[in-house]
Amino acid sequence: MNFAQLLAGKLLLSSEVPLQQATISYLLRTNQLTQLPSITKKYGKPECRRCGNKDAQLFAKIPCARCDTTHVYCRNCVQTGRVLACDPLLVWHGIEPTYQKQKEPCRWNGTLTPAQDKAATAIIEVIDHPKAELIIWAVCGAGKTEMLFPAITKAIQQAKRICIATPRADVVRELLPRFKRAFPDTEMEALYANSPDKTGRGQLVISTTHQLIRYQAAFDLMIIDEIDAFPYHHDKTLPLLTKRASKASATSIYLTATPRKEHRAKIRRKQLAVQFVPIRFHGHPLPVPQLKIEFQLRKKLQQNNQSTALTQFIQSRSSKRQLLIFAPTIELVEKVSKQYNAISVHAADPDRKEKVNQFRQKKIDTLVTTTILERGVTFPSVDVVILGAGHHVFDEAAIVQIAGRAGRSPDDPTGEVLLIHQGKTNAMEDAIAQIKMMNRKGKNQ
Amino acid sequence: MSKCLKCQAEIEQQVTWSTFLLPPEPANLCDDCESQLSVIQAPICRRCGKPHTEGELCGDCKGWKDDDIHCEVLACNRSLFTYSAFIQAIIAQWKYRGDYQLKEIFFPFIKSSLQSFYPLKELTIVPIPLSEERLYERGFNQALAIAEIVAENYHIPIEQVLSRKENHGEKQSKKSRNQRLAAKNPFFLSKTLETNVLIVDDIYTTGMTIHHAARLLKEAGCPSVYSFTLVR
Repeated sequence: MNFAQLLAGKLLLSSEVPLQQATISYLLRTNQLTQLPSITKKYGKPECRRCGNKDAQLFAKIPCARCDTTHVYCRNCVQTGRVLACDPLLVWHGIEPTYQKQKEPCRWNGTLTPAQDKAATAIIEVIDHPKAELIIWAVCGAGKTEMLFPAITKAIQQAKRICIATPRADVVRELLPRFKRAFPDTEMEALYANSPDKTGRGQLVISTTHQLIRYQAAFDLMIIDEIDAFPYHHDKTLPLLTKRASKASATSIYLTATPRKEHRAKIRRKQLAVQFVPIRFHGHPLPVPQLKIEFQLRKKLQQNNQSTALTQFIQSRSSKRQLLIFAPTIELVEKVSKQYNAISVHAADPDRKEKVNQFRQKKIDTLVTTTILERGVTFPSVDVVILGAGHHVFDEAAIVQIAGRAGRSPDDPTGEVLLIHQGKTNAMEDAIAQIKMMNRKGKNQ
Repeated sequence: MSKCLKCQAEIEQQVTWSTFLLPPEPANLCDDCESQLSVIQAPICRRCGKPHTEGELCGDCKGWKDDDIHCEVLACNRSLFTYSAFIQAIIAQWKYRGDYQLKEIFFPFIKSSLQSFYPLKELTIVPIPLSEERLYERGFNQALAIAEIVAENYHIPIEQVLSRKENHGEKQSKKSRNQRLAAKNPFFLSKTLETNVLIVDDIYTTGMTIHHAARLLKEAGCPSVYSFTLVR
């Protein structure tokens, strides 16, 4: 058995090593596997070496039946396996894995648009420079996946190990078949909670960011999708995990449609190389949101009255397209959907997947949703309304993303985006300015 | 500020006169999670403690009454929660993921309700044991963890007199109802007890595990055998 391919670049609990106890002991004896303490103490405070948790509230004591003492375990990463203080982490220390040499790994025979091609060339150039970082600022609907193909082709030719990390499991599930078709001879695996494709030996790993908890110094090329998205942006452990999973010499590529402040500041200071893809793959500009003010909007919604602006909009528009309405809270989503006889969907909805699928198949005409559909989903022909756009959940990134749901298909490259608000916020203005900037850049190309 | 044990949300403590004057009882769950706990309320089946409206005994217990070997072994069972998706998620995280601290969720419920269930003073607690292998894997016995909470609150002793025979390590939750009912008694007694006994486990599904244990204890001379589980 090829232990190197199975274990190299991993950081595992003893229960996660897919081998017999005797084999593990053999590998330990021959120094091919080494043990690392799982929970260390710094200034008397515990620190989890697996997820980086240092919050004392997220450590608890357990009277352990394995070692007959009471010690701490980490509650922060318990969902991906429990780290006991008495159970060391295992790291591969043997030879590096080798991957099959391929001359022409890529079977994708589509063509890139000039804008995509420019970005693809930039990525190819950067992967030869160790420790290089590049952010790809590409508008919603630019066709980011295809842009990666040339660089991944080159990385595979160089027998590099590649990771594509994304915040959401849906995206992993969607990407795997596309990459399998493009690179049929490459060892590939998809990692998300309960994923059936965990072989543990992929050269190309497509993973949710959380699953990278089992990797250490594994990848030569780390591609992080939607670096601005909620869990990555919000959770301190995730940037740590992606950093640890990369080798010290690794190249990092970040993909985003709406970079956060800190990245934009770095771009401005020229500390982070950037490549713009300001135009969608079909070549049409992004729809610019229209603002519509409505007085007493919050009160009206709270008292379960219809918003006049929304009613007017619904009556005046041609019903050729479907309508997607965003509302800030689950409570409002449900109220509004009842007012207009529409279907509602939110994160805790058990029929979430089913409803979104039906909307995609045009079986539902109007869908009212929370921000869960703000990114990553493509509907061919929709108009978009944000009701109560002044709410803090609709920050600049969210508004740009939501506006980016309209006009996705080349057959109907426009769509209306309406923000109904009770007072303009900075987020709305910044979002509109960002969209206009991208359209300007797109025109100049 | 404490965090919800289940969802990690911050718990907001309501300010009332009692929390203003006395140190507040530390809350374990946020209001949202707390409201999802399906606490069992009367009317219940007189024997197994399952929510049940028509007649004294539920369908399961009528079945047990017709069973010659097991009809008299168990005096009664009482449980705290009905089996819902939410409690299932808590138990899974606690027992299978091994998040030991979640036992604190059950503290207030055990503290407030057990007195009305049993004549507690004369009881000895006997937790359902795990196989060696399973105990190593989980790091703790969930039944013993519950037993310790009961013992602490009511000052009654725990005696681990039951042991599991080898080759019976299979998880109950992986078996069908009929498979469970047909299974042989997986336990043996390492010591006899002469007091009344309270068997403690996490889940009562068909009741087979508890009836196996109760039968052994009863045959060995315990006058009455009761049982307590978190979930029914």
